[in-house]
Amino acid sequence: MNNPALEIQIIAVIVAVACALPGVFLVLRGMAMMADAITHTILLGIVMAFFVTEDLSSPYLILGAALMGVFTVWLTELLHQTKLLGKDASIGVVFPLLFSIAIILISRYAGSVHLDTDSVLLGELAFAPFDRLLVFGVDIGAKAIYVMGIILLIAVIAVIVFFKELQIATFDPALAAALGFSPVLIHYGLMTMVSVTAVGAFEAVGSILVVAFMVGPPITAYLLTNHLKKMLVISAGIGAFNGIVGFQLAMLADVSIAGMMAVVTGLVFLLVFIIAPEKGLYTGMKRRKMQKKEFEKALKNLL
Amino acid sequence: MKKENPVVTIKHLTVAYDLQPVLWNVNLAIPRGHLMAIVGPNGAGKSTLIKAIMELLKPVAGEITFDLGEHLSKKEERNLIGYVPQNGSVDWDFPATVLDVVLMGRYGHLGWMKRPKEADYALSREMLKRVGMETYENRQISQLSGGQKQRVFLARALVQQPDIYFMDEPFQGVDAQTEKTIVALLKDLKKAGKTVVVVHHDLQTVPTYFDDVTLINREVIESGPVETIFTEENLAKTYQKEANEVREELVE
Amino acid sequence: MSSLIQLFSDYTLQIVALGSGVLGLLSGVIGSFAVLRKQSLLGDAISHAALPGICLAFMLTGIKSSEVLLLGALISGLIGTFFIIKIVNYSNIKYDNALAFILSIFFGLGLVLLTYIQKLPNANQAGLKNFIFGQSSALLIQDVEWMIGIGSVMLVLVFLFWKEFKLLAFDEVFAESIGFSTQKINLLLSGMIVLTIILGLQTVGVVLMSALLIGPAVAARQWTNRLNIMVFLAAIFGSVSGIVGTVISSVVTKMPTGPTIVLVLSMIVLFSLLFAPGRGMIWTLYLRNRQKHYLKEKLKTEEGAA
Repeated sequence: MNNPALEIQIIAVIVAVACALPGVFLVLRGMAMMADAITHTILLGIVMAFFVTEDLSSPYLILGAALMGVFTVWLTELLHQTKLLGKDASIGVVFPLLFSIAIILISRYAGSVHLDTDSVLLGELAFAPFDRLLVFGVDIGAKAIYVMGIILLIAVIAVIVFFKELQIATFDPALAAALGFSPVLIHYGLMTMVSVTAVGAFEAVGSILVVAFMVGPPITAYLLTNHLKKMLVISAGIGAFNGIVGFQLAMLADVSIAGMMAVVTGLVFLLVFIIAPEKGLYTGMKRRKMQKKEFEKALKNLL
Repeated sequence: MKKENPVVTIKHLTVAYDLQPVLWNVNLAIPRGHLMAIVGPNGAGKSTLIKAIMELLKPVAGEITFDLGEHLSKKEERNLIGYVPQNGSVDWDFPATVLDVVLMGRYGHLGWMKRPKEADYALSREMLKRVGMETYENRQISQLSGGQKQRVFLARALVQQPDIYFMDEPFQGVDAQTEKTIVALLKDLKKAGKTVVVVHHDLQTVPTYFDDVTLINREVIESGPVETIFTEENLAKTYQKEANEVREELVE
Repeated sequence: MSSLIQLFSDYTLQIVALGSGVLGLLSGVIGSFAVLRKQSLLGDAISHAALPGICLAFMLTGIKSSEVLLLGALISGLIGTFFIIKIVNYSNIKYDNALAFILSIFFGLGLVLLTYIQKLPNANQAGLKNFIFGQSSALLIQDVEWMIGIGSVMLVLVFLFWKEFKLLAFDEVFAESIGFSTQKINLLLSGMIVLTIILGLQTVGVVLMSALLIGPAVAARQWTNRLNIMVFLAAIFGSVSGIVGTVISSVVTKMPTGPTIVLVLSMIVLFSLLFAPGRGMIWTLYLRNRQKHYLKEKLKTEEGAA
């Protein structure tokens, strides 16, 4: 396979779908801002793992980043539990600190770390095909396809196998605990999944836009269905659609691919927000108008 | 196993949120096969008591023992204890249908990773019918009334088929029809030999709905059969009011 | 010693330190209200939402002066806020999710515009990226003058509407019930939050600006229960972090200013959370342990008596 455009397109779709799946549960838990925090702090995990391994392509970098993601969640919840500050303020205190430490480390050791903050935050999908995966010296394709492919596979399997557990722990943590499904365990499992996905995706699309792909398709799907399983499928579908259309438009306009994918994600949401059959703005306004009319009629009859 | 053995025995249970003790040295025996109301003023620790029994929070001191049968594993024992939380404790905008929610009651029996089978679905439908909600199984849960939500929660506890039920204010904000359904259900459960413990607010209905009553205000004031315990003096002690005020509330 | 004097007579450092100090003071004051209203993360969303405005302002005018770009940032920050409010009002999507969504989508749009500008022929776009990470060394005396000017107006407004802000921060429903138009006050407060963030973008950048808004307020809250003292302390904490952070980053090589300011600020926050008397974690832990012990002892004696 030696068609960079096709490879980029494949990576775009895989990233979008892999983000959308754990994103569904993040959205249902109202934890999107935690994802935003995680996507920033994994940078510190990567930097620290790099200092240990001194190898930028080491798989330990993913491990370090995932651990840092979980640590972020833990620290935020620890602060929040003291009741000294609100949940939002806890997030706002923890992630800038960890992120600042990461940036300071990078700028102080910039000579030895070939990581720049730009590429972490912004990403560049167009460069992804340059990093090849070689097996016994044979080029078998862009590395990002395989890395993200494995992460997507794990996400799909996790969502299928632990569907019931994720569902009950999200909807009713007290019942989950009473029935022996530790909500804490499931919570941290999900957060690990989010961290790993973010690590895999940030090189391609940048950490800030990972949030767009984790939150956008699920909240769009949320407006379209009342079933959790359908919400998962629709989210994945919308994610893939955004990946394809976003990439094509980015090619046409010669602009940031990930940025364009985010813009398409936003436009698709806006469209659904207005015209969704049951929960859309248009239906809602029509319903309110009807209710008002009926109310007026009832009032008239009464008088 | 003698019939007289209490099904749950609580000794010296003390729970504190932050620095304030919410429950203080609670000693309580819940008799097998009875309908028991837990009554007390707001903030008396009624919900906390249920949550502590369900092991949803960690007490400062005390022990809770269940007598549900011999040689039960922790998992088997847990599945014999049913819990109906307060209505407002979940996000009703969650994408789930009525049947989805009822089915969750089977999850404890299934254990990790296993999926619900046809029999679980059948049982869920049967229990929905028992609470009069069989026509709503595909309804999105956000579209239910307060009473209907409560009945869905009850059906969910029923499919778990426990021996003892803990219900946190099941009558709160429900319509007359639902109240009737719940009362009939309580009587049925009693007939089937189950034990039901209900956090209850409405003093007037205590004598008609329940066999036993536990009066609680941080500590257990009194506990026992309604006829002997549910007196004006005891209520006055519980609510820290004058006896005549309590009488007015009861007559109202 | 002489090098230290030399350092403080450095003109650029003076400007940057003054700018950071003023910014810290402003965000301390305005942030206090944002934190008390549980709108801490709104700042994060707004700062990201400002990016497309900066790019568009540049594309339309071709001028790279702070005033024009910050006007663009202000407008797109306000549009982002408007979207968040509308999404929450007209659907059952949770506030947190709407926040993260608008934050990332606007940022994506900003990136698209940024890459578009970079491809324009001989576009003088080099400074635009500074808004993402902040670059306080590029701060000019005019920028600081703007900051002081706008900041003074905001401080006067806070002083004039003190009573209203106080009510809004503690009990919105009550404020409405006694006849305050909470909507107008809310709008004024949101506008001031947006303005503060925009002023800070050049110094600390999109990602870290929200920290400056939240940190001083959270730290100050631990030391007092009174709003006026809290706001005053937050102003001090904010400006101290700004000045100390700037000085450290110029003394130590390869220390970027924005992150250093956040680091200093975080130290103040952590210290306050741990050691504030009567509220801090150490104090609470000690009290809780003593209480637990006391409860257990009392339980034992009661059992003994029975």
